[in-house]
Amino acid sequence: MSLPPDFQDWFARQGWQPHPHQIALLEAKGDTLLIAPTGGGKTLAGFLPSLVDLKDGHRGLHTLYVSPLKALTADIARNLARPVAELNLPVRVEDRTGDTRSSQRARQRVDPPQILLTTPESLALMLSYEQAPQIFGSVRRVVLDELHALAENKRGDQLMLCLARLRSLSPGLIATGLSATVEDPSALADFMGGATVIQADPGPEPDIAMLATARPAPWSGGGGHYAVPEVLDQIRQARTTIIFINTRAQAELFFQALWAANDDNLPIGLHHGSLAREARQRVEAAMAAGELRAVVATGSLDLGIDWGAVDLVIQVGAPKNVKRLVQRIGRANHRYNAPSRARIVPANRFEVIECVAALEAVHEHDLDGDPRGPGPLDVLCQHILLTACAGPFDADALFREVRTAGPYRGLTRAQFDDTLDFAATGGYALRAYDRWQRLMQRDGLWRLRDPRAARDLRMNVGTIVEAEMLKVRLRGRGGVPLGEVEESFAATLVPGDTFLIGGQTVRYDAMREMVIEVTKQPTRQPRIAVYSGLKLATSTQLSHRVQALIGDPARHWVLPPDTADWLALQDRISVLPRPGVLVSESFPFQGKWHFALYGFAGRNALQTLGLLMTRMMEEAGLGPLGFIATDYALLIWSLDPVADPAPLLDRDGLRAGLGDWLAGNAVMKRTFRNVAIISGLIQRNMPGGRRSGKQATFSSDILYDTLRRYDPDHLLLRITADEARRGLVDFDRIEEMLDRSPQIDHRMTGRVTPLAAPLLLEYGRVPISGAGRERLAEAEAAALMAEAGLA
Amino acid sequence: MSYGFDFAGQSLQARPSGALFWPDRSWLVVADLHLGKSERMARRGGSLLPPYEVLATLDRLEAEIAATDPACVVSLGDGFDDDAAALALPDMLCDRLHGMARGRRWTWVSGNHDPSPVCPRLPGETVAELTDGLVLRHQAGPGPDVSGHFHPCIRLAGERRRCFLIGPDHLILPAFGAYTGGLAIDSPALSALVPRGLAIACGGTRALPVPVGTTLRRGHRA
Repeated sequence: MSLPPDFQDWFARQGWQPHPHQIALLEAKGDTLLIAPTGGGKTLAGFLPSLVDLKDGHRGLHTLYVSPLKALTADIARNLARPVAELNLPVRVEDRTGDTRSSQRARQRVDPPQILLTTPESLALMLSYEQAPQIFGSVRRVVLDELHALAENKRGDQLMLCLARLRSLSPGLIATGLSATVEDPSALADFMGGATVIQADPGPEPDIAMLATARPAPWSGGGGHYAVPEVLDQIRQARTTIIFINTRAQAELFFQALWAANDDNLPIGLHHGSLAREARQRVEAAMAAGELRAVVATGSLDLGIDWGAVDLVIQVGAPKNVKRLVQRIGRANHRYNAPSRARIVPANRFEVIECVAALEAVHEHDLDGDPRGPGPLDVLCQHILLTACAGPFDADALFREVRTAGPYRGLTRAQFDDTLDFAATGGYALRAYDRWQRLMQRDGLWRLRDPRAARDLRMNVGTIVEAEMLKVRLRGRGGVPLGEVEESFAATLVPGDTFLIGGQTVRYDAMREMVIEVTKQPTRQPRIAVYSGLKLATSTQLSHRVQALIGDPARHWVLPPDTADWLALQDRISVLPRPGVLVSESFPFQGKWHFALYGFAGRNALQTLGLLMTRMMEEAGLGPLGFIATDYALLIWSLDPVADPAPLLDRDGLRAGLGDWLAGNAVMKRTFRNVAIISGLIQRNMPGGRRSGKQATFSSDILYDTLRRYDPDHLLLRITADEARRGLVDFDRIEEMLDRSPQIDHRMTGRVTPLAAPLLLEYGRVPISGAGRERLAEAEAAALMAEAGLA
Repeated sequence: MSYGFDFAGQSLQARPSGALFWPDRSWLVVADLHLGKSERMARRGGSLLPPYEVLATLDRLEAEIAATDPACVVSLGDGFDDDAAALALPDMLCDRLHGMARGRRWTWVSGNHDPSPVCPRLPGETVAELTDGLVLRHQAGPGPDVSGHFHPCIRLAGERRRCFLIGPDHLILPAFGAYTGGLAIDSPALSALVPRGLAIACGGTRALPVPVGTTLRRGHRA
């Protein structure tokens, strides 16, 4: 296909020259994956073949566009309206998301538009309708936007299963993936089930550097507040700045610190996922209208509408991940072919090293990323159930179809049958009751036993499981909603506690009907600014770079002088961690022995290692008292010293400990909840429905405990264990650490070492056994009784 | 360890399991067993929950009976998730209930989930309520009475626990069944019945008393 003359004229009238990758995509045959930086006309490239194809009209749905964000579909609809109108194309463009009115949905089922813009969840839902073959039978093209983001989680797995379904309904359809820069384009192409990779011109090298500051980064902490004056200077000089910060709590604190020093009253906004939707939309609208000079944001702005005017990105805190840093830098894309400008602000001394290492990686185009695991079975289970909603299916045919989806190409028949059995009967070892049947086989085809079940299954569509959140409102009648906090954070609050939300300090007054009521306290310092939530661990590759940089004194000149001096002192007093060697130290401090292990395995893995090692220390009679884990190191304090760490790092011992410890672990229970919801074992809580106060709903923890006790080999427990191993528990990275460091170098130093000193200042200390929940609960109950004068 | 308290002139013990023991009569009272809940959901085309909640609940009840050797076991309503769930109970579990009831009385108080008399396969008798020194009924009525139905829960040290709720007029038992959720004690339904009093948190190794409805401002730093 080439660009028809009227399209060429249209481009010329806009004063545009088609990008080479736009033409390449037009000329390509078969499935393609376009890798292009932000602002490279990626979306238009994705639609151009469809628009050309549609010149002469098409009956029914022609092109399906899938994006991770509802907001993007609305944006795309606006952008497409112009070429469609100006080229006079016989094309109707509509979107279909969770927000689409039911009358519109019903009409779309009868009379689909030529181009439909949707999300993975809405697509899965539409494919579960009995009319799916009629609606999708005419589809010629599928455009998958922001595929790199979708591929990061289960939404991508679900989307690929849906794509496989679409290919069955409309053989010969062509899929086009659109992605930002990724480390391994061919892996992403495999994820799509195979595609030709087209690389757009990456544009000029970014202008990226550390932000020079008057004061050096502090020894510990994560706030980056020391750099506020310089950040304000940068905002003043730029047109629009996005300031990325890793956590919501840190974003709140930094936003407050900026405003405290914002003497020019520069319009600066705040954007993160805990803010009320209205608050976020106000910021987005102000940003789009060019009314803001800067916005402090978390990952909530990683994707989304292209504002165009952003000319500077500032990353505060360790980037943790080179790929994400590059994608964030790409947000400063006010002009294609002008270099993106970005500045990095390390929050502490360790992060200085990480930032330098990350900058080197950016310049060398060495992106990181862990290979994707195989497609998860809970998503497959949902897919099987939704397939049954659309109509009876043949197991062999579905198995073949599923295997054409990239993430499931290695699926075995045994795994498929296990999953089908779970979908059909619950897959329990105890098979006493014939009523445990959701699907049944008749005439060789699987179908819903009770077609009315389709409604509940459709309500449960999707793989995003929200953490249990509680709304925060100002006290009083019609209190203004401020945002949401995680239930686990809310549980730690006592009346009178102050915390930050939406950039203001508030006091916790009461919890009423599962809404947190607060009062503004503008003059008070917040006591707490932690919404817990999980912390992203530094990527494997970046951790390796940091370790290599620390271990090579000849290269320390690239570091700021104070950082280089710090490492030189460490080299004199103890030893520098280096590749191939696992360095640890034991020293006394404040009457306790401390054991520091420089594992460079990421926060989650080192946290798990801390739990496992302290258990072994307990057994060895060393009297462990507590530990902290950072992305690089683990610090354990105890009554007696660790003289030889080797037995504590014994792989079999760690593995055995993992099995026991995971049994009652909160991380596992949280993982199980997600798996149970996605697989359809339990219904997700509908907005507003969960808090009705009905005593009938019960916690998924109960199901987890029951299954572990009575059916320990159940499919969902196997999925949970797999997932936790890769995810929050991250045991794979403990093994990776042991693999790459065959040698252990343990030093008894007699005093605190320079590298360990910042660890002693870190937060997040984990007290261990002896202070278990039971004793905490007893103490709290006793304190309450005493305060009430009852004890 | 149990927590002993007086209610309506009787000395009672709240056990950490969520069962109530009445030493003077040697009665063991458990509320809201909801046996057969997973079977009922599966039958009605809902989720296929793990079919182990009867086992799990009976394991715990058996341990309580072994520990207290009561003269009478009282199921304080909603012993079954519905009347049909009792019919669907496998023979093995029926036999187990008969074994647990051997040598003692067994009384099923009717609940809103199980209004009909208990089916003949099961031990014991069904009553609407018991009035014998104390009034025991499924759902709180004119007090003082001992009841279940609401599944009261309390938050303690960041964890949700089942609890007894004790006020001047009402003693409300936690749900004993494995697959039961809970209602926070400050929800309107419960705070209307017990605006002030004591909650006794279960679930650990000790039953822990906690005041309810006092105007505490703990940790308040004005």
